[in-house]
Amino acid sequence: MSAARWAAVALLAAVFLIALAANLFAPAPYAKQFRQDLNHPPTQQYPLGTDELGRDRLSRLLYGMRISLLLAPAAALLSTLLAAIVGGAGAYIGGVWDRLTNVVINLFLSLPWLFLLLTVRALLPLDVPALTSVVITFALLGTLGWAASARIVAATVRDLRNSEFVLQARASGCPSLRLLLRHVLPNVKPILIAQFWISVPLFILTEANLGMLGLGVTEPLPSWGNLLRELENYGALAHRPWLWAPLISLVLVMSLFQFILSGEEYAS
Amino acid sequence: MSLRAIGRQLITVLLTALIGGLLGATLVRFAPGFGAQESDLNAQLSAEARQALHEQDARERNVLSYYAHYLGQLAHGDFGYSRSLNRPVVELLRDRVPETLYSIAIGVGGGWLLGLTLALPATWKQSPLYSTTAALITGVFLCIPSAVLALLFLVVGSPGRIAIALIVFPKVFRFSRNLLIKTYALPHVLTAKARGLSGLRILGWHVFPNIAAPMLALAGVTVSLALGAAIPVEVVCDYPGLGQLAWRAALARDVPVLVNLTLVIALVTVAANSFSDLLTPSATRDVL
Amino acid sequence: MKAGDRLIGSSAEVRIKRRSSPCVLLVLIAFCFSACSRPAQTTGELRVTIKSDPKTFNPLMAEDDSSDIVRYLTGGVLIRVNRKTQENQPELATSWTIDENGRRITLNLRPGIKFSDGTDFTAEDAVATLKAALDPNLHSPKGDAFRAGGAATVEAHRKDKISIEFEHPIAGLERLFDEIAISPSRMAGKADSSVVLGPFSVGEQKAGEYVLLRRNPYYWKRDDSGHQLPYLNAVRLYVLSNRDTELIRFRQGDIQLINSMSPDLYEQLHSEDASAARDLGPSVEPEELWFNEVRKSPLPEYKKNWLRSRNFRRAMSMAINRADLARVALRGHATPSIGIVSPANRFWFNQNLQPTPYDPNGALELLKQDGFRKDGDVLKDKAGHPVSFSLITNAGNKPRERMGSLVQQDLQQIGITVNFIPLDFPSIIERVTRTFNYDAVLLGFTNVDLDPNAQMNVWLSSADLHEWNPAQKIPETQWEAEIDKYMRAQASTLDRKQRKLAFDRVQEIAAEESPTIHLVDKNALVAVSPRVKNADPVVLTPQTYWNIEYLSLGK
Repeated sequence: MSAARWAAVALLAAVFLIALAANLFAPAPYAKQFRQDLNHPPTQQYPLGTDELGRDRLSRLLYGMRISLLLAPAAALLSTLLAAIVGGAGAYIGGVWDRLTNVVINLFLSLPWLFLLLTVRALLPLDVPALTSVVITFALLGTLGWAASARIVAATVRDLRNSEFVLQARASGCPSLRLLLRHVLPNVKPILIAQFWISVPLFILTEANLGMLGLGVTEPLPSWGNLLRELENYGALAHRPWLWAPLISLVLVMSLFQFILSGEEYAS
Repeated sequence: MSLRAIGRQLITVLLTALIGGLLGATLVRFAPGFGAQESDLNAQLSAEARQALHEQDARERNVLSYYAHYLGQLAHGDFGYSRSLNRPVVELLRDRVPETLYSIAIGVGGGWLLGLTLALPATWKQSPLYSTTAALITGVFLCIPSAVLALLFLVVGSPGRIAIALIVFPKVFRFSRNLLIKTYALPHVLTAKARGLSGLRILGWHVFPNIAAPMLALAGVTVSLALGAAIPVEVVCDYPGLGQLAWRAALARDVPVLVNLTLVIALVTVAANSFSDLLTPSATRDVL
Repeated sequence: MKAGDRLIGSSAEVRIKRRSSPCVLLVLIAFCFSACSRPAQTTGELRVTIKSDPKTFNPLMAEDDSSDIVRYLTGGVLIRVNRKTQENQPELATSWTIDENGRRITLNLRPGIKFSDGTDFTAEDAVATLKAALDPNLHSPKGDAFRAGGAATVEAHRKDKISIEFEHPIAGLERLFDEIAISPSRMAGKADSSVVLGPFSVGEQKAGEYVLLRRNPYYWKRDDSGHQLPYLNAVRLYVLSNRDTELIRFRQGDIQLINSMSPDLYEQLHSEDASAARDLGPSVEPEELWFNEVRKSPLPEYKKNWLRSRNFRRAMSMAINRADLARVALRGHATPSIGIVSPANRFWFNQNLQPTPYDPNGALELLKQDGFRKDGDVLKDKAGHPVSFSLITNAGNKPRERMGSLVQQDLQQIGITVNFIPLDFPSIIERVTRTFNYDAVLLGFTNVDLDPNAQMNVWLSSADLHEWNPAQKIPETQWEAEIDKYMRAQASTLDRKQRKLAFDRVQEIAAEESPTIHLVDKNALVAVSPRVKNADPVVLTPQTYWNIEYLSLGK
């Protein structure tokens, strides 16, 4: 690994550590409202200023990162796995199964899932702790968000199944499992990785949008997605540049991941 | 491609859409707030007047009979009547389809143009600076909420639709870049390179055939992605398209509108996907 | 009206007494003022927004906001409630008398008036429209209040005189005419606002984009120099549901007026153009919180006991810092509520009520009376259940969501955990009106009718909009029985003083029992482009263009 990648790994590890130990690094409790200091610009006391309820932005960002950095990748992993299993298996077996998988994927892509989420919210008791609600939300995102990736996986596997080298391997009596592990999987891997990285920020953002259905992180707990939604306050962005901090940090973290992984891809 | 295969595809498309419509209606029917209207809290109205506004709910309560009735009407060209907007659904669709088609065309066209323009040089040059910059740019657009993106375009006075292209583009970029890098590393492409063939020739003769299938699969997905992105963008920018209609109907639990929209979305999704399957003979050829 | 708001009544307050001289003076001054900046001829197209396509152009069937706006701008009414003076103002009726103890009203019609298509307006048209409004099969929301008077006879006496006689008297009867737009008799019950008596008629509509209202060339009103009104050639109502977009287009000059702005957007506009943003002061739009007191609700028994306890509700009311709600959540554009009626409702507000002090310790004292105890940082009830409840509200209203967070923190101070959950509006309605599966709810209301009669559906314990415990067969509590008594008393007399006394009692009982905790009364915030001449925004809807016929556009 090059020095640049080592630096990236170190930086990412540091971000993770700081987020995980948010309670040690945060200057103030994330829910504490300094009601005399609303929308305060950055000072020594509030390094990123305060929000409209007077809560310290930096503390909220750190706690928000903790939740989102733990849960969004977990949900993305779940959905990518499902995509690999459903899309890959259907296409690899072929025939009726392939067509059936296709139908299921298409249905998943076209149904109004909003209503399922609403129903889940209605089935849950209202009086649940914020953390339970957010874990359930990410689990839902993971189980519902696989279809688009599955389609791409299926197309690739279908193609591989019919490619010459697989046909040759099959003809020469290579066992099915071995074929799958040795020839098909390695070719699908980069696609799965790409899908995974696209899903992570997507889920972070989707979680924030679900806030209006009563799912996701609820007040006063912050999440990265919720902080990003503050960008909707476009009028303030120009003269309060520190509002961009959640976006910049998210892009930074995502790019670091991307950078480390792409390097490994090139290497292999 | 045999006629039989095309016929089979068509039947699959139709069946999927019909199942989608039924499932969509079921989801709406059993979601909380079905049959709830804002007027339910309007103290200006008498209990009896509020009740009268709920007349249509009863017909939608039994999903199966409603759906059967709906399909029967559909066969006669009647798409049903929107309770929340007080208009025939067919009029709503007719007014709004062009708007959304326009948004999707801009979104898909712009997204692919941007994505491929950035992806091709990334694979040819493989300069760390270029790939880092490109990755950063796509990263930014993956991380900004689409509503924010659309709002920012509106603030500077340009059409918010461009936001859809920017939502589609990172997907195209990442996928095609990964695919291209992989394909350029295939033995026969490397041989071609060693033989000193021109870049365009390699792209056209050796790389393109290899990437056509997954790229077309992606094309299908980007159409549905753009359709999905059209919902928040149309809502934020108040474009009178299907996305805005879907959002309003969802908030009003308007079953007749939502069933039709689910059918439309299912048809577009399935058709776009089947189209890419049909165009890729290897994908539909049933070996084994 | 944002999602989550409810209308209580729909016209402004009306005094039973006829117009008194100071008010005539006020109207005159307003007219003189408007004459000063009167343009020489009709000018341009005013552009404003509506939040969705009007569901109907039939003025009798208007129920949603957008249809109501179209009705207001196009409909000619017999009596108008002047949105500024809040007095009844003669329009198509030049005068009226009420007799038979409030059971009969006789109206004299203005002669020589034509519909927008040039046909004559006669008593027959007024009778046909009123009959349609009263028709039980039409279910006209506008006729609802009239139908409360029981069987009615509508008669034309001459070409220019009509009368309606009801079975029972209706207190404040005249104000109800403000809602009834008169249509040609041939269209009665199925009118479409294309042939009208108001300043504009519906011209064209492009669904999802706009509704264009065209000037009525036969409109009867003239300004004091004899120039025919309205000044504007057209009004374009853009369909825009996003308030951010609305402000962006206002700044781009595409829209000239904005009603009911959120404090956030108001502040944004104010920082750029202080003259365009106007804070009109307290309105009659309260933000309130109530607890679920329904006996058969699916809540655990111990929780029902908390919520049904007066001390618990009073303690919550005392533990909430209302001043902070107004200052932080609404950015200073609100005042802490004193009772269920806003002081802006000058006549009906009970002057003797004292504001609830912010007093967490007092709240704890009250809770102790019910056996609640502080256990470390956690408040527990007699049986040892930690006190925790959920507070729902409609998602998407930022000030209201901020209020929820503030309430959450305030109650945390006395050891109560509040799970604050914004939900989409249909889910709220279902929980609050059908399943009763909620602990507490925070909502905002729009009182458009200041008369307590418009709130019978809320305060009577038998009413299905009796928020905290609807549709009781017999009043479940002593105090609800008392409120019933006073509400019925104020509705059954025409004596204004007695009505006021009765409604004062209702306000006192509500303050003691706190079935609904009024938190703040919002200010009315609007935006007016400097291009608009004669604008005179008021707190009552439609705030900026209530005097549409006098508005005009400059360069």
